[in-house]
Amino acid sequence: MLSVKLFNATTIAYFVSMIMFIAFLPTRAKVVALIGTIAAYIGFVLQTGALGYRWYESYQLLGADGRAPLSNLYESVVFFAWTIVMFYLLLDLKYKQRSIGAFVMPFAFLGMTWAQLGLNDAIDPLVPALQSNWLTYHVITCFLGYAAFAIACGVSIMYLIKAGKEENNAEGSPAGGILSLFPSVRILDDINYKAIMVGFPLLSLGIITGAAWANYAWGTYWSWDPKETWSLIVWFIYAAFLHARFTRGWVGKKAAWLSIIGFGATIFCYLGVNLVLSGLHSYGGG
Amino acid sequence: MSAKNRSFVDHIWEFFCSLKLAIITLILLAVTSIIGTVIQQGKPAQEYIQEYGESTYKLFLALDFVDMYHSWWFLTLLNVFAINLICCSIKRLPRILKLVREPNRVAEDGLYRTLSNFEEIVTSASLQDVSRKAQEYVTKNFGKPDVTEQDGKVYLFAQKTAWARFGVYVTHISILIIFVGAIMGNVWGYKAYVNVVEGTSTDEVWPRSGKEPIKLGFEVRCDRFAVEYYPGSTRPKEFTSDLVVLENGQEILKKTIEVNDPLSYKGITFYQSSYGQMGDAQFIFKVTERETGTTKEVRARRGEMISLPGGGGFRVVDFTEQFQNFGAAARIEVVPELDHDHKPGEKHASFVVLKAFPEFDSRRGGKYIFSLQDFKQKYYTGLQVAKDPGVWVVWLGCFLMVVGSMSAFFLSHRRVWLTIQPVDDKTGIKVGASAHRNQPAFEIYFDEFKKNLKTELSE
Ligand code: HEM
Repeated sequence: MLSVKLFNATTIAYFVSMIMFIAFLPTRAKVVALIGTIAAYIGFVLQTGALGYRWYESYQLLGADGRAPLSNLYESVVFFAWTIVMFYLLLDLKYKQRSIGAFVMPFAFLGMTWAQLGLNDAIDPLVPALQSNWLTYHVITCFLGYAAFAIACGVSIMYLIKAGKEENNAEGSPAGGILSLFPSVRILDDINYKAIMVGFPLLSLGIITGAAWANYAWGTYWSWDPKETWSLIVWFIYAAFLHARFTRGWVGKKAAWLSIIGFGATIFCYLGVNLVLSGLHSYGGG
Repeated sequence: MSAKNRSFVDHIWEFFCSLKLAIITLILLAVTSIIGTVIQQGKPAQEYIQEYGESTYKLFLALDFVDMYHSWWFLTLLNVFAINLICCSIKRLPRILKLVREPNRVAEDGLYRTLSNFEEIVTSASLQDVSRKAQEYVTKNFGKPDVTEQDGKVYLFAQKTAWARFGVYVTHISILIIFVGAIMGNVWGYKAYVNVVEGTSTDEVWPRSGKEPIKLGFEVRCDRFAVEYYPGSTRPKEFTSDLVVLENGQEILKKTIEVNDPLSYKGITFYQSSYGQMGDAQFIFKVTERETGTTKEVRARRGEMISLPGGGGFRVVDFTEQFQNFGAAARIEVVPELDHDHKPGEKHASFVVLKAFPEFDSRRGGKYIFSLQDFKQKYYTGLQVAKDPGVWVVWLGCFLMVVGSMSAFFLSHRRVWLTIQPVDDKTGIKVGASAHRNQPAFEIYFDEFKKNLKTELSE
C-alpha cells in the first residue's frame, strides 16, 4: 500500500529531524536545527498526505465500508505521532525554541518506528461495535489530548535537567554549555502548564465522547472498565496538577514531576491497559 | 452556640473548603481507582479463589475490592469530593460575584501599587482635555469606561470578559450536575437484558441485578435477526434485529436495530447486544439419485435420519453458517442401505455440502447428489435494555464542563483603571491594568496601550 510506504518515508524524516535536533545541542549550529525543523515539516506533510491517502485506500479496498484511518492500534499510533508533531510545530512557530525538538521528536519517531515495524498495518473492515462516528470523535480528541501531554512531559524533562544543573551551580546562575540552548526554566515551566491547559479539556472531551459512544452502543455511559477507569485516573492526575499549581503554588520541579507522572499514566491508559490488563476495548495486543 | 462549638463547626467548614483536601481527594481517587483495574470486578467467587486463593479472596471481600467502585469507602471518597466542591464554591462565589458586579471604579494609589502593569504620565494639557481624550482612547482601544468625578479627580474604569471569572465555577458545578445525573439514573432507571426469539414478543425484561422481571408497559416483538459477514471473510459486518413495538396489540413503531443504532420508546432503549440459535435448524436439500436421475426435495433437522429413494438415507451431523469463507455449509452422513442393521458406532461417509455451490457435490461421485437449497435457523436476539432518565443531565454536565474549563483556561478578565488629577499646574494620569490569566500576553498588550495613550495625549 502506498500509504504504508509514505509512512515509512515519514519515519525517516522524523528520524532525521530527531538526530538533527539532538546534534544541535552539542554543535549549537543554527543550520543543524533548521534542517531538523525542515525535516519535521517534510515528515508532517508526508504523514498528513499518507493519512488522507490511507483513508482513500480504505474505500478502494472495502468499497462503501471504508473508514477514517483511526480504528486499530497501528492507525492510532500513527495518528498519535502525527498529533505530537503537529503540536510541536505549533509550539515552534510560537516559541522558536529549537532545543525542545530533541525532547519531543523522539516520541513521534518511536511511535512511527513501532507502528511500522511491530504492528499490523492491514486495512480491515470494522466489526459492528466500531462502526460509529463516535469512534472518530473519540480517537481524535483523545489523541490530541495525549499529544499535548507528551509535549508537557518533554519540556518537563528539560526543566528537571536544567533546574537540576542550575541548583548545582553556585548561587543558581543560569546553566551554561548545552543547557544554555534550553529555554529558560520559566518558559519551560510555562509551556508545561500551557500544554496541560490545552490537553485537559481535550482529554475531558475524549472521555465524554467515549462515554457517549458507549451509551449509544450498549446503553451505559460508564461501566468502570479498566480503560475507562484509567482515563479517569489520568484526568484526576492532571486536575490535581492544575489545582496544586494554581492554588498551592506547585510550580517548577513538583509540577514537572507531576506532568511526567501524568504522561506515564497516559501511556499506560493507552497501551498498558490493553497489553497488561483486560477489558472491553478491542484494539491493542496487535 | 457556645464559642467552642462555633469553632468546631468552623473547623469542619474550613476543612471542607480547603484546596488541600481537594488535591488529596483527587490523588486518592486516582490511586485507589487502580485497584479495580488490576483486580477484575464482579466475577463469581470461584474465579477469585482460583486466581488468588481462599484467604486473599476473604481479604478482598472484607475490603470490597471485588466491587470497589460501589463500595462504601469509594462512595465516601466521591462524597467528600462533592462536598468539598460545594463548600469551596459557596465560600468563593459571593466574593467573585461582588468583584464582577461591584468593581472598584475609583482607583486610589493603594490599588495601583498592587498592579504590575502601571504607568504615570504628566502632560500640560488641561484636565478636561485629558479626560475627554482618555475616555475616547479607552473606548476605542479597550471598552467603554465608567467615569466617576470626585474631589476634582476623574476616574475611569473599564473591564472586559468579566464573566470569565465564572468558568471555574461552571466547571465545578458541572461535576456536581454529572453526579446528580448519575444518581437519577441509578434511582429511576435500570439496566436489563432480554432474549427475544424470532417471531415472538416480550413485555418484560430482566434486570442485571435482582431476580424479578421488570414490566415494560408495552410489548417488543422481534420479527427477524440476521448476521451479515463481510464478503469472503468470517468477520461479522452487522448484527441486525427487526423490532416492533406493540401497545394493546397495535404496532406502534418498527425499527431495524444494529450495534450502534438502538431503538428507543418511552424512555426505554433497546440495544443489539448478543444473539443465539433457538432450537435446531431446518434444512431443505435437493437430492438426486445418480443412477435414475430422479430428484427430490427433502426437509431435515439436525441428526434426523431421512430416507431417500432407492433405499438409502442421510442425516445432517453438523452445520455452520460460515465454513472457511465459503458461506453456509452442512456436514451430512449418508447410509447406503437403511434396512441393513446398524451396528452401534458404525461410521459412514460424511462430507460437506456448500449452499453457495449447488453443483459441487456431483463431483464427489456418490450414489446421491446433494445440494443445500436453504436452511431455516431460528434465532433469538439478545437485547440490552436501559432506562436512564438521568442521561440528559449527565450530557448537560459534560457540555458545561467543556465550556467551563475552556473559558477558565482561555478567557481572561481584564481591567483598566485611569486616574486623572491636577499635579501642580499640569495634569497627571495614572493608568493601571490587570488580567486574571495569561499575564505575559497582557503585559505586551498593555505596553502598547500605554505607549499609544502617551502619544495620543501629547498631541
Ligand atoms: C476533578 C474535578 C475538578 C476539576 C475538573 C476542576 C477543574 C478546575 C479548573 C479547570 C480550574 C481552573 C484552574 C486554573 O485556573 O488553572 C479549577 C480551579 C479551582 N478549583 Fe477545581 N476542579 C475540580 C475539583 C475541585 C475541587 C474538589 C475543589 C474543591 C475545593 C476545587 C477548587 C478549585 C478552586 C478553589 C480553584 C481556583 C479558582 C479560582 O480562584 O480561580 N476544584 N478547577
